[in-house]
Amino acid sequence: MAARVIVTTSGKGGVGKTTSTANLAAALARFGKKVVAVDADVGLRNLDVIMGLENRVVYNFIDVIEKVCKLNQALVKDKRVPGLYLLPAAQTRTKDAVNPEQMIALCEELKPEFDFVLLDCPAGIEGGFKNAAAGADEALVVTTPEIPSVRDADRIIGMLESMGKSPIRLIINRLRPNMVQDGDMLAKDDILDVLSIDLIGVVPEDENVIRSTNNGEPMTMNLDSPAAHAYLNIAERLLGHDVPLMDLESYATRGFLSRIKKFFSGKRK
Amino acid sequence: MDFLRKIFGGDDKKSRDKARDRLKIVLIHDRTDISPQLLESLRGEIIQVLTKYMEIDTQKIEIDLDHDEHEVALVANVPVLRIKRGKIDVDKV
Repeated sequence: MAARVIVTTSGKGGVGKTTSTANLAAALARFGKKVVAVDADVGLRNLDVIMGLENRVVYNFIDVIEKVCKLNQALVKDKRVPGLYLLPAAQTRTKDAVNPEQMIALCEELKPEFDFVLLDCPAGIEGGFKNAAAGADEALVVTTPEIPSVRDADRIIGMLESMGKSPIRLIINRLRPNMVQDGDMLAKDDILDVLSIDLIGVVPEDENVIRSTNNGEPMTMNLDSPAAHAYLNIAERLLGHDVPLMDLESYATRGFLSRIKKFFSGKRK
Repeated sequence: MDFLRKIFGGDDKKSRDKARDRLKIVLIHDRTDISPQLLESLRGEIIQVLTKYMEIDTQKIEIDLDHDEHEVALVANVPVLRIKRGKIDVDKV
C-alpha cells in the first residue's frame, strides 16, 4: 500500500475542516479503505472529540516524532468502522513542536500502512498550516458561502499551488439552498467563478452536524442525512467515481408559506 | 424589517449580488497585492528594457499599482530624454 496523503484546509477557522476530515475518513473506511485521520492542529486538537475517540487517546503524533512511543501505540483504532484510525495531536504542546521535515517523515511512515492519510489542518497560514500541508500530495479546501471564508480560501489555494499540491479541490460547506434561491447567499457557481478550482462537493447546512458532534459519531458512520449523503458522495469522488452533484433543492426546507403553496398546488416531493 | 424595506423601496439589490460584487473586488485587490521588493525588481527590469530603446530619466520614474474600485492597473510614468536612433546592438545592453 502507498497511501494518498490529503490535507483538509481552509485558511479561515470554523468552516468545517475537522468535521469534513472526520466524515470523509469514516466514509472512506466504510467503502473498505484503510484510513488514518491525522489531527495536525497541535495545541488545539479536536478531531478526537469530533470522532468520539477522546477517551482512547494515549499518545500523540509528536510522541511518535520524538520517539517516545511507536507509531502503532499512538494510533487509535475506531472500533465502529473497520479500517478507521485516528492519530491525535498533542494538546499541551505548541505548533513549533514540529517542523515540516518531521511531518513529511511521519507521512512517509504512515503511507505503507494505509490507503488514505487525511490531515486535518489548523486555521491560519502560518507554521501549523505549513506543517500540515508539507506531507500532503493533494488538498481539499473547505469554504462556506461567505465573503471572508472564500477570500481566505483564495489565499490558501495560492499557497497550496506554490507548494505544488495537486489536485487541489474545493468543498463548499454549509450551503443553504433556500437562501441561495431567495438571493441571500452566494451560490456554488458564484464561488467557483472567482476561485477557479475544481469542485469536489457541496455540503448543505444540516442540524445533524451538531447532533453528531454532540454524540461523537461522524454522520457518515450511519446517519441518513443531507450532509452525510454529501460527504459519502465526496468520498466516492475521491475514489475516482463519477457521482453527480446532489439535488440540494429537494433537501431545502422551504418556509411555511411555500409548503402550504406546494400542498395546495399538489406538487409535493 | 424585510417587509418595511419592500414597502418603502430602498435597496432592492439582493444580498447575494452584493456579496458576489464585493468578493470579486476584494479578490482583485488581494491577488495584486505586491511586495515592495517585487515592485523594486520589476522597476529594475523595466528600466533595463526601456534603456535599450531610449534614454530615460531613471531618477524620475514612477511605477505603481493603481487600485481603482473595480480594477488594478500597472501605471508607469517614465520621462523620456532621447529616443535612440539607428541600429541597436541588443546584446550590448
